[in-house]
Amino acid sequence: MSEDTGWRAAYRLRLKRRQLLWRALRSRHGLRARLNQTGQIARGDILLFATMRNEAQRLPYFLQHYRQLGVRHFLIVENDSTDDTVELLRTQPDVSLWSTQRSYREARFGMDWLNWLLMCYGRGHWCVTVDADELLVYPDCEARPLPALTDWLDARGAPAMAAMMLDMYPDGPLSSARSTTGDDPTQALPLFDTQGYTWEYQPRFGNISIRGGPRKRVFFTERPDHAPHLHKVPLVKWNWRYAYVSSTHVVLPRTLNRGFDARGGLPTGALLHSKFLDGALQRAREEKERGEHFTHRDRYNAYYDAISGDPDLSCDHSARYTGPDCLVDHGVMSRGDWT
Amino acid sequence: MTVGFIMMCHTALDRAAQVARYWATSGAPVVIHVDARVSEHDYSALGRSLADLEDISFSRRYKCEWGTWSLVAAAQSASEQMLERHREVRHVYLASGSCLPLRPLSELTDYLAARPYTDFIESVTTTEVGWTVGGIDMERFTLRFPFSWKKQRRLFDRYVELQRRVKFKRRIPDGMVPHLGSQWWCLTRQTLSAILQDPDRDVYDRYFKRVWIPDESYFQTLTRLYATSVESRSLTLTKFDFQGKPHIFYDDHLQLLRRSDCFVARKVWPKADRLYSTFLAPGNGSSVMAEPNPAKIDRLFSKSIERRTKGRPGLYMQSRFPKKDHENGKTSAPYSIFHGFSDLFENFDGWLAKYVGARVHGHLFAPERAEFAGGEEMFNGCLTDSAVMRDYNPRAFLTNVIWNSRGERQCFMFSPRDNQDNNWFTATDPNAQISVISGAWALPLSRMNENFATIRREAARLQRRELEHLHILRSMYVKARVRIWSIAEFIENPMEPLQTIIDEISPRSTRRLTEAPQMVDLAGFGQFLQNLKNQGMQPLVMGDFPLDEGARQSSTRRGRPYLVK
Repeated sequence: MSEDTGWRAAYRLRLKRRQLLWRALRSRHGLRARLNQTGQIARGDILLFATMRNEAQRLPYFLQHYRQLGVRHFLIVENDSTDDTVELLRTQPDVSLWSTQRSYREARFGMDWLNWLLMCYGRGHWCVTVDADELLVYPDCEARPLPALTDWLDARGAPAMAAMMLDMYPDGPLSSARSTTGDDPTQALPLFDTQGYTWEYQPRFGNISIRGGPRKRVFFTERPDHAPHLHKVPLVKWNWRYAYVSSTHVVLPRTLNRGFDARGGLPTGALLHSKFLDGALQRAREEKERGEHFTHRDRYNAYYDAISGDPDLSCDHSARYTGPDCLVDHGVMSRGDWT
Repeated sequence: MTVGFIMMCHTALDRAAQVARYWATSGAPVVIHVDARVSEHDYSALGRSLADLEDISFSRRYKCEWGTWSLVAAAQSASEQMLERHREVRHVYLASGSCLPLRPLSELTDYLAARPYTDFIESVTTTEVGWTVGGIDMERFTLRFPFSWKKQRRLFDRYVELQRRVKFKRRIPDGMVPHLGSQWWCLTRQTLSAILQDPDRDVYDRYFKRVWIPDESYFQTLTRLYATSVESRSLTLTKFDFQGKPHIFYDDHLQLLRRSDCFVARKVWPKADRLYSTFLAPGNGSSVMAEPNPAKIDRLFSKSIERRTKGRPGLYMQSRFPKKDHENGKTSAPYSIFHGFSDLFENFDGWLAKYVGARVHGHLFAPERAEFAGGEEMFNGCLTDSAVMRDYNPRAFLTNVIWNSRGERQCFMFSPRDNQDNNWFTATDPNAQISVISGAWALPLSRMNENFATIRREAARLQRRELEHLHILRSMYVKARVRIWSIAEFIENPMEPLQTIIDEISPRSTRRLTEAPQMVDLAGFGQFLQNLKNQGMQPLVMGDFPLDEGARQSSTRRGRPYLVK
């Protein structure tokens, strides 16, 4: 234990954080500003940061969802898109856009770029950092916009909120998830797993690792320890010295990773993950080809092959998503002390 | 005669202005105290926005810090200003900038007019309150507190400790009995002016300046000296959470607030547009003169606090890392574990399912796969029968099975061959009913077509595992309902224990067992045990099993003689 909490380990993490910030600083050379409207950002605004590639289909609903929650400005890095993503983003009144052709993988899956933008524009703001296929929900989010949550967290002195990624899947084989641009993805992907998630405390970063859901149930039955992590820290009151470590799963300094700990009494959210929207099969083939995703490429080859086989993830015991309340009832997210 | 409002503001001044305007235009004078730390710019903007209203004035500004005298001083000077400028005021209502009136002013003035000499102030003696922070109640009045609790906690604690050790005690002024209560009050002109104009006020003020959190005790204590009729409750609805922080009301609390029939609520989120627009709209209000009823809100909030502090028994929330051994109930419902029964009886699960109204699984923790009832591959809550997935976290697997089948009792078979990781967990779970026939695992071995050396090794392994399990089940920490028989004991009289177990599972259906489960052929088992012994492995868990079981065997097979009447 002393190894994990001692000053030596703390210092190592400090070095790690500095190294990440240095990478972020360097990565700015690869970014080209396409549309910089950050002058609009006012004190106290909630900002959203994302990296995306070919997301024209998900974008309209994505923007609508987060605007409704109370996000005031979107800061987006577009990586090598070939569809309408760029055109769509350039016509938005509240979007600032950067482009890059560099490798997503070498930028630590886009995190270097986002760490740089967060450093420049995020400080002092509550920042949402998500992927284009993740929709953040939290208890009562239909009645209480994000500023209600962040004001409460501020009053509590809490610097971040944790959320669990919830894999949504269709009622039938993956190819049956049809949706048109602008639709709520939970219409085409209405199902989720209520149980079967496991936790582990990971002392190095002081975070709680969660694994489970349909991907683990179907694709990782033989190696549950290789199943994707589902814990994330998508909402942080940013300080320029903070840095995301691996995707948004873990962030430094360690105190930001405590969101799932029941003792804190903080609310937790869920990220509705619409990975399996139509196009997922083709995307899986593409991603395997590009090899730009995930740290352990070879582990995921079988996974991509399985997805290309168009499996049916639904079962008799899948639960149907009806709104944030149902996630609270199933224990997927928690109100904490925020009633 | 009317009521006058004092508003203590430090943030969200636009909302405070909106509420002040609402009161002033309804005919109640308002005195606003703005924290001295608010910038001059914001302060003058507030003044300008309310300049058209004569009945609104601003009192001398103090720098207010939580738990200090400054809050009382601000309330005093605002009260003096109110009493002096507005002769028509009979009651003075102390509110904050984040308060929201829930009912029209006329209803409040009618309510107060019907009680012209009553002071509404929560005021209880220190022995009666359970909500004090930091375990300091009476000591608030007898110790000194020069350090800030929020900023200099360590010094604060040490100084308190020191004073306790040297038995330091301040003298409480004569005739005064310390009382505590919510700082939001509504006092009559008589009482309030008596407090403010008391010839001994200097003495009291000097004393209270050194009391901890005087805004919760100054008026609350002094009111008791002068008031003719004290209603010890606040007219302002306030709720505190688990940590003693005030709950914040949002748009979704609208119906709840409306039904509470309280006059004023605190504290409201400044951006709760719907709450402000609804409650400040002209014509809002009920026609009936209802008595304030905060109990409804109390119920809702205490429910959420309870869930927060205790959780739901047996539901391990995906979104919450549980505190180890602080769960409220390890599992959500009773369940039964049958250890060794499936080895001794043929098709025991089929037989059991007939007699109990429960779901009877096979070996849920078998090495190959989780044998769900009916050979299903998937169980409620998307649990698969994969052994790898189960063994990744066997405890979560078990609690999930129990949680997902709420309303139906779960039974499953167990043996030393199965995954043993849950043994401590089940043994210390009051919901578990564990019945053990020790040594039954040897029966399948005795009929195995395998080299004896291999069988002996396997027997040694299983016996070691069973001994470990039995050791757990006999420890002093056990909370489960545990019954243990050796196989020799059990076959003596199998029906009586079975009847006891089944009665316990379904106590209402006092059904007698009419048919015994079919026991496996025990012929040669005694010899098998003797062979093990001869080969140097001592069978320890079978009990005193006779060498030749042939004669007894034939009689148990019929079953009937062993029925319990």
